Amino acid sequence: MFDIIPDFTATPKIDQVGVEERASRFTKRSLKGETKLNGLMLALNMIDLTTLEGKDTEGKVKQLCYKAMHLLDAYPGLPTVAAICVYPSMVGIAKKALGDSGIKVASVATAFPSGQSTLKVKKEDTRFAIAQGADEIDMVISRGKFHQGEYNFVYDEIAAIKELCGEVRLKVILETGELGSLDNVRRASDIAMYAGADFIKTSTGKIQPAATMPVTLVMLEAIRDFYYKTGKKIAMKPAGGISKAKLALHYLVMLNEVLGEDWMNNEWFRFGASSLANDILMQLMKQKTGLYQSGDYFSND
Amino acid sequence: MSTRINVLKTYKIYINGQFPRTESGRTYEIKNPKGEVAANVCLSSRKDFRDAEVAARTAFGGWSTRAAFNRGQILYRIAEMLEGRKLQFVEELMLHGSKKLQAENEVELAIDRLIYYSGWCDKYQQIFSSVNPVASSHFNFSALEPMGVVSIIAPQQNALIGLVSLMAPVIAGGNTCVILASETKPLSAVTFAEVLNSSDLPGGVVNILTGKVSELLPHFSNHMDVNAVCFAEDNANDIKLIQENAALNVKRTAFYKNKNWMSEEAQSPYFINDFQEVKTTWHPIENIGGSKSGY
Repeated sequence: MFDIIPDFTATPKIDQVGVEERASRFTKRSLKGETKLNGLMLALNMIDLTTLEGKDTEGKVKQLCYKAMHLLDAYPGLPTVAAICVYPSMVGIAKKALGDSGIKVASVATAFPSGQSTLKVKKEDTRFAIAQGADEIDMVISRGKFHQGEYNFVYDEIAAIKELCGEVRLKVILETGELGSLDNVRRASDIAMYAGADFIKTSTGKIQPAATMPVTLVMLEAIRDFYYKTGKKIAMKPAGGISKAKLALHYLVMLNEVLGEDWMNNEWFRFGASSLANDILMQLMKQKTGLYQSGDYFSND
Repeated sequence: MSTRINVLKTYKIYINGQFPRTESGRTYEIKNPKGEVAANVCLSSRKDFRDAEVAARTAFGGWSTRAAFNRGQILYRIAEMLEGRKLQFVEELMLHGSKKLQAENEVELAIDRLIYYSGWCDKYQQIFSSVNPVASSHFNFSALEPMGVVSIIAPQQNALIGLVSLMAPVIAGGNTCVILASETKPLSAVTFAEVLNSSDLPGGVVNILTGKVSELLPHFSNHMDVNAVCFAEDNANDIKLIQENAALNVKRTAFYKNKNWMSEEAQSPYFINDFQEVKTTWHPIENIGGSKSGY
């Protein structure tokens, strides 16, 4: 696919102190008035509304799909979220519930969240999700193999899943909370992108810490470098731990300043979140009415 | 003569168990009876109230589900801590113009009032709950539940006993609160926050701001995540404003006009009851009064 595959043992080293300092500076920008309003709308439109729990039921997924289409009927002119993110067994139900609303269905696959299974099982998992109608596949990498230094194994696995996906967009979850260092985050990002990922995604949401600003910054920079080298755009999805509107705006500031305006839409950037949507809705209502809002008046899911 | 410069206390606000300065960076001066500047205190802003409300909402879950007996123990502990710092409170009340005897009286009464409500923590439920006679096959009973987050605007006079008299029944009943201290006499309120902070009371259950009533009253009353507002002045315009804002999301209101907070009538379990919702349960049962044995 690419002319030259780099040596993944020699990916750039990351200056952790510098990255943290830079990431914290994005949080100092002040967004007010119309800019804030537009930012909130954009963030809302970038959400992958997610439910990934053992206790998920058909009813819960249908309810979430309804919420995705009707975020807040009392506020006309709101966008919808970008996608619903569920387990493979729920894809069919979500697909049917969303109908022709234009909201995509993303399915986790490949023995999510641990990825501790054989390639055969992982492929079967992915095939099933695609057959059910998933528009996007969220796969996990094999972190154990990664730590053993078997980068080719990780690469081959991603490439094999991508082959199955075809036109279906593939998000590769690095699970940065298990990678241990920013150097490893950068290396895993490079492996995923060269192996054919359409998106790179921080976390499953099952491990703490999930998405943080420094980790996301490292991944955005990896995307930028990859774009300069190959001319191919890769999308980004921080997931887990982003539950406040203010934090989402900080991420958008970072996105704009690292990758620029071309990435400022839900084709190239997503938030994996469940409670973020409600906080943004509360902020929007606050902007509209001037009154601080209460979670009591917003639907739970 | 000593050349030592006295270290003066910075009077800060109390939010979520911590003592930040107001985010606005503003202050105003408090003068002693001679007209000299006694202290600078924070002129709190809308955002301080927002932060305090979030702290109170977060603390509500844990505080309201605590055993009633444990809430009583904590109120008792507040009284113990206050007793230990009596002298400091007397001095501060005198800075605000009280005579020594008056000040001592007020502090002692505040301690006793905390003990009083400490005792009520695990008893008001029995007094106000009921089993209700109904004409169907139901066991019907009503029990009290705390309302949630309460905005309290403390009385302007009797700064310490007024604040304690409003706060104690609210938290005894399992609510959390944000209090606006007396505008002209806020020093003892800030020191009282230090007492709260050293007495096992979880952070966020009580939050205390200092500042202007005219500036903060709209925010104390129109926040959609506040469940009740308590106001103790006899000011028709302010009361009207609170009532209008309360109507936005049907907050409860409690107005205590012209109460003498130093008197016996300023303490009663009915003050606890003012911040409780009544939940009535209809529990189906098989037998009704007239049924007979089956054999």
